[in-house]
Amino acid sequence: MGLESALGQGYLTTRMDSLVNWARSNAAWPMPMGLACCAIEMMAFAGPRYDVARFGSEVMRFSPRQADVMIVAGWCTYKMSHAIRRIWDQMPDPKWCIAMGACASTGGMHRCYGVVQGADNFLPVDAYISGCPPRPDAVIHALMKIQDKIKTEHSVMLDT
Amino acid sequence: MSNELNLSEGLQKTVKNLTETFPDKIIEVYQSSGDTFVRIEADSLIEICNHLKSELHFIYLSDVFGIDRYTSDERFEVVYNLLNLRDRVRLFLKVRCDEENPEVDSATPVWKAASWNEREVYDMFGIQFRNHPDHRRIFMPEDFEYYPLRKEFPLLGIPGSIELPSTTPETD
Repeated sequence: MGLESALGQGYLTTRMDSLVNWARSNAAWPMPMGLACCAIEMMAFAGPRYDVARFGSEVMRFSPRQADVMIVAGWCTYKMSHAIRRIWDQMPDPKWCIAMGACASTGGMHRCYGVVQGADNFLPVDAYISGCPPRPDAVIHALMKIQDKIKTEHSVMLDT
Repeated sequence: MSNELNLSEGLQKTVKNLTETFPDKIIEVYQSSGDTFVRIEADSLIEICNHLKSELHFIYLSDVFGIDRYTSDERFEVVYNLLNLRDRVRLFLKVRCDEENPEVDSATPVWKAASWNEREVYDMFGIQFRNHPDHRRIFMPEDFEYYPLRKEFPLLGIPGSIELPSTTPETD
């Protein structure tokens, strides 16, 4: 693979935190919460042209129990928000959330009685993406922001 | 009345038939944006619907919608968008109802397709449909207390009127 020759017969020391964060950040499996047209761009984000497999996030998990990042792609109605929150609560910790597009971030053009004005009214959102819909590169950008966030987290509980 | 209108052959036949069969039930016939509207007395809605379907071949109900005219008398209007596929005629049938007790006969006995459309009109305007087989809201939550397409309803809704999910998950 090349790595063996670079390291030779030697060994590597690191912190447990760094190792776990490195593993987590490069295997952030998304939960595709496709609610509207943003879901089409989300498919392009996972497809071969933009190829998010380079960042370890190509595995769309339709079971919340196997997912790490929820991508809320589209506008959330009040009725749907209960289902979204339920799926979010079923995802195992640690978990992250991307509000993809104007609608998921702020309600966007759906400024009306039936649509929640921003998914952050009921979800802890880590990254917001602007755009209507955002380009797949913007979704990758948000994913990389979340990777940066994961890498700075304390993942191993310290003994007190 | 129909002489002033610019009607196609099929529409002419339909309007003539209607005005001759129900001379005192047709309130007005008018055209707007290329469509023909027939406003009728609310009490003879089912009778006229049955006639339109069985005699004039309006077998397809393509839409039902409500209108909030925001007037002091006969505030609400229900519009039935009917299609005669054989003669290529589209006809809009209108009935009005009052604000205090908005109630119209349901057209579901005539066209089954009316069921969901009338539920939507009920959901958005609060117009009741007599003899509707499944009289429930269709879009808004069941416990929602307002009718969002009425003119006095604010664009962004009534704050707190629809529940958001709890952000503190239930834990053991």
